[in-house]
Amino acid sequence: MTTVTGPATAADEPAAPAPPPPARRAGGRARAALGFAAGAALLFGAAPLVLSDFRLALLAKYLCVAMVAVGIGIAWGRGGMLTLGQGVFFGLGGYAMAMHLKLADAGPGALPDFMQLYGQLDELPWWWRPFASPWFALPATVLLPMVVAFGLGSLVFRRRVRGAYFAILSQALAAAMVILLVGQQGTTGGTNGLTDIQGFFGYDLDDPVNQRTVYFLIAAALLGLLALARQLIHSRYGELLVAVRDGEERVRFLGYDPATVKVVAYVVAAGMAGLAGALFVPAVGIISPALIGIVPSIEFVIGVAVGGRATLLGPVLGAVAVAWARTALSERFPGTWTYLQGLLFVLVVAFLPGGLASLWALRRTRRATPDRPPWWRRVPPARGGRTRTEVPAA
Amino acid sequence: MTVLFGQLFTGVSIGAVLLLVALGLALTFGQMNVINMAHGEFIMAGAYTTYVLQQTITSAGWSLLVALPVAFAVAGALGVLLEVLLIRRLYARPLDTLLVTWGVSLMLQQAARDIFGSPNVQTRAPALLTGNVALPGGITVANNRLFILGLAVAAVVALTLALRLTPLGRRIRAVVQNRDLAAVSGIATARVDRTTFFVGSGLAGVAGVALTLLGPIGPTMGTNLIIDAFLVVVVGGIGQLKGSVIVAFALGVLQATGEYLTTLSVAKVIVFVAIVAFLQWRPQGLFTLRTRSLA
Repeated sequence: MTTVTGPATAADEPAAPAPPPPARRAGGRARAALGFAAGAALLFGAAPLVLSDFRLALLAKYLCVAMVAVGIGIAWGRGGMLTLGQGVFFGLGGYAMAMHLKLADAGPGALPDFMQLYGQLDELPWWWRPFASPWFALPATVLLPMVVAFGLGSLVFRRRVRGAYFAILSQALAAAMVILLVGQQGTTGGTNGLTDIQGFFGYDLDDPVNQRTVYFLIAAALLGLLALARQLIHSRYGELLVAVRDGEERVRFLGYDPATVKVVAYVVAAGMAGLAGALFVPAVGIISPALIGIVPSIEFVIGVAVGGRATLLGPVLGAVAVAWARTALSERFPGTWTYLQGLLFVLVVAFLPGGLASLWALRRTRRATPDRPPWWRRVPPARGGRTRTEVPAA
Repeated sequence: MTVLFGQLFTGVSIGAVLLLVALGLALTFGQMNVINMAHGEFIMAGAYTTYVLQQTITSAGWSLLVALPVAFAVAGALGVLLEVLLIRRLYARPLDTLLVTWGVSLMLQQAARDIFGSPNVQTRAPALLTGNVALPGGITVANNRLFILGLAVAAVVALTLALRLTPLGRRIRAVVQNRDLAAVSGIATARVDRTTFFVGSGLAGVAGVALTLLGPIGPTMGTNLIIDAFLVVVVGGIGQLKGSVIVAFALGVLQATGEYLTTLSVAKVIVFVAIVAFLQWRPQGLFTLRTRSLA
């Protein structure tokens, strides 16, 4: 596995370490297969045996967050696009799934319960209708976010809107989406969202056995996404993506189109978030604006930052760890958790930009270079050479 | 016609609030290329300062007047603290600054919750600012909105004059235009950065004072505004104020018109789409500083 630390934003920052030589990569493939086997054993064997039904349902929820994190790891860690609006794609997937399940719950021809409550609608709005069919709704959970990401991404990246500008825009997208959902209460459920989902393709979601099945589905999806992400990272495209992150202009001068490279990563990340949202709905039984807005969108990023943005497993472990810590601590000390969350974020991003995964990498370099002085005796590199005039000539 | 002017004024007054919030951001973002997500919490700090002052002074009018400079100082001091402790160390990584300051904003919000309690609090507006004024042409405008508009204009004028005429302003402009050249010309860029941060954050405090006239004060009051304000800066283009001024009012009017013709939620989406479309045309914002550097 390559150990690339945080994205270099300044143009003249040292380039990322060279890709590993082919010999190590072959060993890496065997190691990865081993890792996947271990992960599968953990998720499919150990977790269901050890955890109670309640804890397993929580784990299912965390794994959904971890799926979003895999996507953010690609878009942000590898591609340098800080997307603060992944909640939008999570939400699109979630709402697409929830709309289908609500319609299935209501039965053919009937309206979902909440529409009768606030909407006083006599018939289904036109844009709800296709979601009655699973053949439309299921692909839509992934494709809808990808289409939206493709639209926004190709508009924005082609015009070379990047860095902080892109981050702000993606965040504004999340804000706009939430406002739209809340405003159209009659057809979207407003602030409450789509709640009280009973069945999942004919299976009763209250049944613990079916809940367990949903968990297995989520675990399998996460492993699948990890395999996909690994393939992507180690492909030629993956190298190109890192190159775009570290020196967009240089890649352009080499004859590639950085916009296309970025759009692909953004779309992939959106699809992953959409799938996560779709599976989140049967696991938790609700999707609402509060789960997809600005704050949850940033919280997706926290897990990734804590775990290690540019690694494959870092985002997953970080996302699960942060989500677990949140549940464990916020139950007992809600106020303290908010401070801790903020502090964790500040400390990790400011002082350990590679995330916890970089501690691992540090240990490895320490072992490789035994003469390296400990960090407190190391001379800090000289400051300067900052390029802050990032406005390109029009 | 009356309706049209009424809507126009609503738009302008939305724009004035946006402008007050965005002005400080334009300054700090423009100079340091740093996204400060805690800016919203500096607004909150300004608003709570007004609340505390009103509790102690009791006279609504005087407390508001006193609050303006005090909130400026309080928010500015918070800003300098943030700059010295964190932002200064992260200049080479603007995106990480965004995340770090978001963590700070979380902590500040929780601090406000612990100090003042989670429910919103309210200040009394001075009697002078509660009524309406009838303008010729049959339009009535609310006094508090007029006051905020005046405050925004005053802030822009003061900032423009300060940037144009004072030695500090000259230094700030030099650093914005070319940091390295400013540094070799003997300008202590680090000190200029700190001063800019003080002024920019202080303006957030002033915006907070203005917002107490419009609604309740709560721990999360800043978050809702901050994104719109960032959009103003992004669309306006960094490095000078006029872009932000024009865009703030334009977005305000667009928002008000959209709201009048459709609904609030649709209007927000219209504004977002308009911004993305605008960035297709001018990806670097309305006005850009021309430099020869390569991004």
